[in-house]
Amino acid sequence: MGEFKVHRVRFFNYVPSGIRCVAYNNQSNRLAVSRTDGTVEIYNLSANYFQEKFFPGHESRATEALCWAKGQRLFSGGLNGEIIEYDLQALNIKYAMDAFGGPIWSMAVSPCGSQLLVGCEDGSVKLFQITPDKIQFERNFDRQKSRILSLSWHPSGTHIAAGSIDYISVFDVKSGSAVHKMLVDRQYMGVSKRKCIIWGVAFLSDGTVISVDSAGKVQFWDSATGTLVKNHLIANADVQSIAVSDQEDSFVVGTAEGTVFHFQLVSVTSNSSEKQWVRTKPFQHHTHDVRAVAHSPTALISGGTDTHLVIRPLMEKVEVKNYDAALRKITFPHRRLISCSKKRHLLLFQFAHHLELWRLGSTVATGKNGDTLPLSKDADHLLHLKTKGPENIICSCISPCGSWIAYSTTSRFFLYRLNYEHDNISLQRVSKMPAFLRSALQILFSEDSTKLFVASNQGSLHIIRLLEGSFKHLHTFQPQSGTVESMCLLAVSPDGNWLAASGTSAGVHVYNIKHLKLHCTVPAYNFPVTALAIAPSTNNLVIAHSDQQPLPNDKTLLYNPLPPTNESDVIRRRTAHAFKISKIYKPLLFMDLLDERTLVAVERPLDDIIAQLPPPIKKKKFGT
Amino acid sequence: MVEEESVRVVRCGGSELNFRRAVFSADSKYIFCVSGDFVKVHSTATEECVHILQGHRNLVTGIQLNPNNHLQTFVVGLKLHALFTLPSAEDSVFVIINKEKPDVFQLVSVKLPKSSSQEIEAKELSFVLDYINQSPKCIAFGNEGEYVAAVRDFYLSVYFFKKKTTSRFTLSSSRNKKHAKNNFTCVACHPKEDCIATGHKDGKIRLWRNFDDDKKYTYTCLHWHHDMVMDLAFSVTGTSLLSGGRESVLVEWRDATEKNKEFLPRLGATIEHISVSPAGDLFCTSHSDNKIIVIHRNLEASAVIQGLVKDSNIFTGLMVDPRTKALVLNGKPGHLQFYSLQHDKQLYNLDIIQQEYINDYGLIQIELTKAAFGCYGNWLATVEQRQEKETELELQMKLWMYNKKTQGFVLNTKVNMPHEDHITALCFCNAEKFENPTLVTSSKDGHFKVWILTDDSDIYKKAVGWTCDFVGSYHKYQATNCCFSEDGSLLAVSFEEIVTIWDSETWELKCTFCQRAGKIRHLCFGRLTCSKYLLGATENGILCCWNLLSCALEWSAKLNVRVMEPDPNSENIAAISRSSVGSDLFVFKPSEPRPLYIQKNISREEVQWGVFVPRDVPESFTSEAYQWLNRSQFYFLTKSQSLLTFSTKSPEEKLTPTSKQLLAEESLPTTPFYFILGKHREQQDEKINEAFESELVQLPLTENIPAISELLHTPAHVLPSASFLCSKFVSSLLLSKETKSGEEIPEDVDMEEGKESDDSDEENDFTEKIQDTNNTDLGEDLLHQLSKSEEKELRKFRKVDYSWITVL
Repeated sequence: MGEFKVHRVRFFNYVPSGIRCVAYNNQSNRLAVSRTDGTVEIYNLSANYFQEKFFPGHESRATEALCWAKGQRLFSGGLNGEIIEYDLQALNIKYAMDAFGGPIWSMAVSPCGSQLLVGCEDGSVKLFQITPDKIQFERNFDRQKSRILSLSWHPSGTHIAAGSIDYISVFDVKSGSAVHKMLVDRQYMGVSKRKCIIWGVAFLSDGTVISVDSAGKVQFWDSATGTLVKNHLIANADVQSIAVSDQEDSFVVGTAEGTVFHFQLVSVTSNSSEKQWVRTKPFQHHTHDVRAVAHSPTALISGGTDTHLVIRPLMEKVEVKNYDAALRKITFPHRRLISCSKKRHLLLFQFAHHLELWRLGSTVATGKNGDTLPLSKDADHLLHLKTKGPENIICSCISPCGSWIAYSTTSRFFLYRLNYEHDNISLQRVSKMPAFLRSALQILFSEDSTKLFVASNQGSLHIIRLLEGSFKHLHTFQPQSGTVESMCLLAVSPDGNWLAASGTSAGVHVYNIKHLKLHCTVPAYNFPVTALAIAPSTNNLVIAHSDQQPLPNDKTLLYNPLPPTNESDVIRRRTAHAFKISKIYKPLLFMDLLDERTLVAVERPLDDIIAQLPPPIKKKKFGT
Repeated sequence: MVEEESVRVVRCGGSELNFRRAVFSADSKYIFCVSGDFVKVHSTATEECVHILQGHRNLVTGIQLNPNNHLQTFVVGLKLHALFTLPSAEDSVFVIINKEKPDVFQLVSVKLPKSSSQEIEAKELSFVLDYINQSPKCIAFGNEGEYVAAVRDFYLSVYFFKKKTTSRFTLSSSRNKKHAKNNFTCVACHPKEDCIATGHKDGKIRLWRNFDDDKKYTYTCLHWHHDMVMDLAFSVTGTSLLSGGRESVLVEWRDATEKNKEFLPRLGATIEHISVSPAGDLFCTSHSDNKIIVIHRNLEASAVIQGLVKDSNIFTGLMVDPRTKALVLNGKPGHLQFYSLQHDKQLYNLDIIQQEYINDYGLIQIELTKAAFGCYGNWLATVEQRQEKETELELQMKLWMYNKKTQGFVLNTKVNMPHEDHITALCFCNAEKFENPTLVTSSKDGHFKVWILTDDSDIYKKAVGWTCDFVGSYHKYQATNCCFSEDGSLLAVSFEEIVTIWDSETWELKCTFCQRAGKIRHLCFGRLTCSKYLLGATENGILCCWNLLSCALEWSAKLNVRVMEPDPNSENIAAISRSSVGSDLFVFKPSEPRPLYIQKNISREEVQWGVFVPRDVPESFTSEAYQWLNRSQFYFLTKSQSLLTFSTKSPEEKLTPTSKQLLAEESLPTTPFYFILGKHREQQDEKINEAFESELVQLPLTENIPAISELLHTPAHVLPSASFLCSKFVSSLLLSKETKSGEEIPEDVDMEEGKESDDSDEENDFTEKIQDTNNTDLGEDLLHQLSKSEEKELRKFRKVDYSWITVL
């Protein structure tokens, strides 16, 4: 490994938004996660938990419920009262439909996958029929007194359980009337709390209803008689979420104290068939409320206010102890939030609703390997660019020369020209963007900053020539016939001749920019592409996939460009390899070469994120 | 009388009650606990020891009820480390044995041959589990003997009897995580479900389930204890789990959930064992301070069986309370314990420091360092100290007055910092001529202080308090010891190597003795005829005897004295010296340098304290060597805190089993009739004598008592109302109770017999029996008189009652 001067940037003050809902799809082994800012992310659990798709958030669209329906369709409901279906191919919203029941608090898809149930603020439970391209309102169930916070179907589809405030209702789906109303004890450790909110219900095939509530209880009800069977007091705070495994032999609940409890159905004695639910292991991987949990066949998945998505594999279900058996904590989006102007040493940080431009600090000092050099000039916050409108920024980029900034939201594309006069910066918006440039999934500037590449969500790829203060549309690569898959990764060769683009699953397309035509397509690999780059001198395309394969062997074309010169032969041979692992950094969001000898690395310590979150529920810790 | 038996050193009571889990009888009326070489049977209601089961010649290591015959108990000892029984395995028991290596233990099943004798020799062993922990707390049988769980270090092994397989579950050991003290400490099995509870060093309790599947096994954690879980027990129905540890809090986990727990706090000392009665109505906890607490199902402590507390360091030495004749020494932290040697039972604890004891490592506690009784037990002086740093000494002296009304000591005077430095000795002037109680303290600060009782500045002149009367010193030497002469006229205070004699009237220095043989460690005046002698033992191993009349050294001997105690009833002085092999006892009179009695090697350990306890009734050893034991008995305490004494009884005599069974008597319900009838039986018993082996207790004839027969023979329909009869009946009982002896005698006699083996007070016992019989005679007289008067009363009722019935 060569020696580098590294800028360790820690002033990217990025805080991901908290996780609100988690929905697991067993058929495709995918996980949909919605965050409090309305962002919805799709993780592919088979592809090493790679976040392969995302739908940008919207200020007015706070999701409260998320669920999958038959045929890989994803629905969400939110506080604006709309049911939204997402287009997982084009990565945009297919349609939004008002349920006319006030804010939507809960959703559930019927076991057969053809009906959608929505619980609303006004106490109504609405049944929708899922048609191939839309949803159709069918009817209302008996209206309840207060909002419906949780819903669960009986696996046979004949009954549903609905958790409200202070009680749980069991509905007969055929008649739409409430069969039972099960009142929940408001008492909490002997003190009567004002209200007991049923945060989650689960209906099991044997007729048991499991409820979790704000008094810290997990309760088992017999839906046939409407009676309480068992009560587990597990927390001093709210129990906010529940998820049951498909076999109904285990379930998981998440509490506001950040603890996730696992319950298992175990036989009472080895030679009897009698079984009972037993709380087994607690997991404390969260510091804040666990708002959502999911139960995959092999893992417990939880997410909450502390923004982490935690995937905890169940050891007894794991066959071999490999990388999959390890605990996963996913905090940061699997996409680029930072771009860098190498020439001017600028970094552009992308936040949900604004961009920040910083100039890196500089130093004149020199030192030994491992030294921390003192800054002679501090990093400078040059620009704070706020977006208009409620939509989140999808992507952004700064040109290598530092004089162009482009970003896009779901509905608009913005291009700015930056002028530097000594220390002053002036910003000028390039107006009259063409109509086809409405929203972009990825933006990239060529190395000489003369061309702008935009991957739009229709699967097309636009090339725009930038002139002083204006632009010219050069060409549009249309998607291959039959596919509408969007490109979300772009890479351009430093000489400006080649452009590589990749979607979520198909192969990588390489375009010749000089002749403006498709050069070739790299065949698709089992795992999605996570990063693309074209080597400067050789024009080799390097593709990283999400399976995190072991480092390539000696035959690889990749070699160490800067082998240590003053070391012995053995060490030189050993270090000729291109891959080295350095563990000195905190979680890294970005890394790039500024020049041959200078690296810039953007770190985001997790502690800094936790510090910016609201304080967690105070728990008495023994000995303090 | 016992003649010319050799005097032996015997252990006298105070054995550990907390060595193993106590066992309840099937009806939970009795509790069996292992105590040294015996098994003691206590009543759970009255705390009294009702039986002592003897038979082992060495430490008893395990006790279990025979699950198929509730009247039978199994007891093991010596080389077998623990014992388990199972209802399903009728004719076999399980024991832990030691393999060749010292640290390797096995659980084996022993097939019991059919035999009715008390001792059983079994040859058929079958191996169950290997490499287990020695402690029986680390083995538990579950689900009616389907499996056995054993824990050791970091793993739990479960052996299934049917499948004959062993599963083993290992926890990550401490090398994986720093400070993760995952070691298993104890195990318990759920009585109904397949659930194993294990206790851990870090205070966690794990509940294991599905353990018949090596892959799908699962466990959950319960965490409240901050330190090691000492023992676990499931209730009989399995609905709750009990745990205890160093926090001295019994925790009941209901439904095995973390949030649903109940506590019984402030149990005084570390909980070492927990056991549950088979009937499910009682629990009991054994504590490190040698105590068993019987606890009701609703977590209320109902009885405390307290032995000699051996938990703390003994600073105060052994003392005898002149009133109760109880042995007094440091008890639980901050307390003085009053321990009855005769009953092998703690009488009470006196809280001296009166502060909440915080049980934690590394805390510097207030220590009760000195105590002394004065004026025939009317006054008690105590000294407590706490020293956190070299220069920060906290010292407090308290004077306690005996209150006759409350029968206890009441704090009278508290003196903060009575001296500038540690108090080395404390003594009262016990002479009769002194009407004013006087106390002398000597300290390392070079002074000795005389404290006297004076009127406190109270306008009614009723309150009394102690004030300092005189401060003496000698050339700034440290005062190391002080001692009053028997008549109280002289005070001897040793200042390092010098002994000073002071006149207690005028506090004038009379004379000094100096031997230049090291600091004086012990100092005492001779008594009775030898009151002119003063004895001093120095650090360098010289014992000196000075004549106070001639003010000269009478004699000196080379003896490394560790303990020197004068007998209050004779001239004798006992000295215990320490040699390389053990401790030796010398008994001598100050008047002559030749010892009366020497016993070499009374203990292998160092003897720390000794005391003469006056006998209630003197023995009459004729042999010159044992005459020193006639008036008083000598008790001593070794470093490992075993309390030993001298006895002349042979081991065979000691081990006479208590043949007298109380079973028949217990079968009678305790009604008022029972008391009368019981009294009657006692009368008969007396006649029939000890030879009556009581297999069949004859039910006494009720006709003999006129009052009763009157009552019983009157037709029920002519009897007055029960409430009318009742008051008379009760009053008759009250009167008979005043005579005291009646119903208590049978138990007393038995108690004596039980104890006798411990105390080996044969003489004492004998004479008491004589007294007892006298008492019963008296009682009988009273009884007869009473019954006659009762008869009259009853007749009166009858007369009255006819009119009563005609009205109807």
